[in-house]
Amino acid sequence: MTNRKIRVLVAKPGLDGHDRGAKVVARALRDAGMEVIYTGLRQTPEMIAEAALQEDVDVIGLSILSGAHMALVPRVMELLKANGQETVKVFLGGIIPDEDIPTLRQVGVTGVYGPGASTDQIVTDIQASFAA
Amino acid sequence: MPDLITPTLAGDKLSLSRLLSHIENDSEEGIRALDSLFPHTGKAHLIGVTGAPGTGKSSLVNRLALQFRSQGRRVAILAVDPSSPFTGGAVLGDRVRMRDLSGDPGIFIRSMASRGSLGGLAAASAAMTQAFDAAGYEVILIETVGAGQSEVDVARLAHTTLVVEAPGLGDDIQAIKAGILEIADILVINKADRPGADSTERALKTMLELAHPVEKVFQHHGKTFRTPAATANPAPLWVPPIRRSVATTGEGLPELLEAIEQHAAHLRLTGEWQKRDKARLETELELIVREALFAQFFAGLAPGVIEEHLQQIQRRNLSPREAARQLLREA
Ligand SMILES: Nc1nc2c(ncn2[C@@H]2O[C@H](COP(=O)(O)OP(=O)(O)O)[C@@H](O)[C@H]2O)c(=O)[nH]1
Ligand SMILES: [Mg+2]
Repeated sequence: MTNRKIRVLVAKPGLDGHDRGAKVVARALRDAGMEVIYTGLRQTPEMIAEAALQEDVDVIGLSILSGAHMALVPRVMELLKANGQETVKVFLGGIIPDEDIPTLRQVGVTGVYGPGASTDQIVTDIQASFAA
Repeated sequence: MPDLITPTLAGDKLSLSRLLSHIENDSEEGIRALDSLFPHTGKAHLIGVTGAPGTGKSSLVNRLALQFRSQGRRVAILAVDPSSPFTGGAVLGDRVRMRDLSGDPGIFIRSMASRGSLGGLAAASAAMTQAFDAAGYEVILIETVGAGQSEVDVARLAHTTLVVEAPGLGDDIQAIKAGILEIADILVINKADRPGADSTERALKTMLELAHPVEKVFQHHGKTFRTPAATANPAPLWVPPIRRSVATTGEGLPELLEAIEQHAAHLRLTGEWQKRDKARLETELELIVREALFAQFFAGLAPGVIEEHLQQIQRRNLSPREAARQLLREA
């Protein structure tokens, strides 16, 4: 499918307060020609998986600043799999300690980004993951 | 390519979701699927919700869906947001206002970018609603930004169109500017908790009286005069009611729902439901035929023929009309 735009769900799971970072990423993805479904704050893994299913997204971008990523991300991956959406690529942004990254990769996360990552890098990586 | 149609008809959400993507992308699979789904359509109540950005459409759709769900009806939502004209990308944010609906298996929310669809917005929305209809969703809410002709065309898809206004978005009634007031079956003044709702209602009433004149009786020099009633239509006339709502709290929602039900009843009573259905299908048929003829026409022409004719036209040796006649003979 050559003409299809990349559809990305941008979600902010967990209880931490603001979504500035997630919005900046959402806009950068839009400016790169992607269709971004933005769901806002305080999403549970169940809400994220449900939205991903209904929107038939190719990518999920999660922004987690609360430190709860080791609880939230595996749960999201589990639900995606249960829904038959294991091919959806998951990118994670936030404050993620290095030692957690191997585990996150193992549950299927495609990319992990710290607070200093550039939006250009995220865009490039998402595009590259579909180039193959 | 797995069969998506049978599971969609049986209620499988992933299949429906994938089918919606095929339809939106105007792919071969999508087009074929629509043929198979079509016999299962025609049951849903299509409700358009349109108005300027920020009037509270998504919040209202959230509330309406809750109301319909409390009656046990299955609800699908198609939320259309504009694409960026520069990059073709989009941020679709309507789901943010629809959190209350998450976790309910009787709800399906799909976001769509206005220029994302290759076959045109109106055609894509019509096709997407057919998929929902076939999948057994009994109420389909279509949210669009009332801005351009194509959004108006989308609203026309619906049996019942709600035009949403909100006080305090400037002096003008936004819908009048956008030319969408005439398609309203129900006018909603949302954000009725905000100051200015009264003056918004007065302005809307004035507009309505111009659009739907009623018989006026007036006295002049002691004699009674009557202006003729608007039409000789024997069917009872539907004058769009004005309803106030506060989508954030749900205030006014039962009354709004009642107006929607009354409109549906009116459509059925007057035969207008069938008429709208037919008009919609006629438009769809015309669109498809037009597109097919166009494609056929260009496919039948030798390469460069259009350019040759265009040059002749530009030199004023040939009128566009004559050129078209020649091309139609050649194709
Ligand atoms: N005060 C007030 N705010 C509302 C009401 N309905 C929606 N809003 C707010 O208006 C903003 C825009 O709402 P949204 O539903 O996204 O509008 P849309 O752009 O027309 O879909 C949000 O911040 C809502 O919380 C209402 O009835 N009263
Ligand atoms: Mg909206």
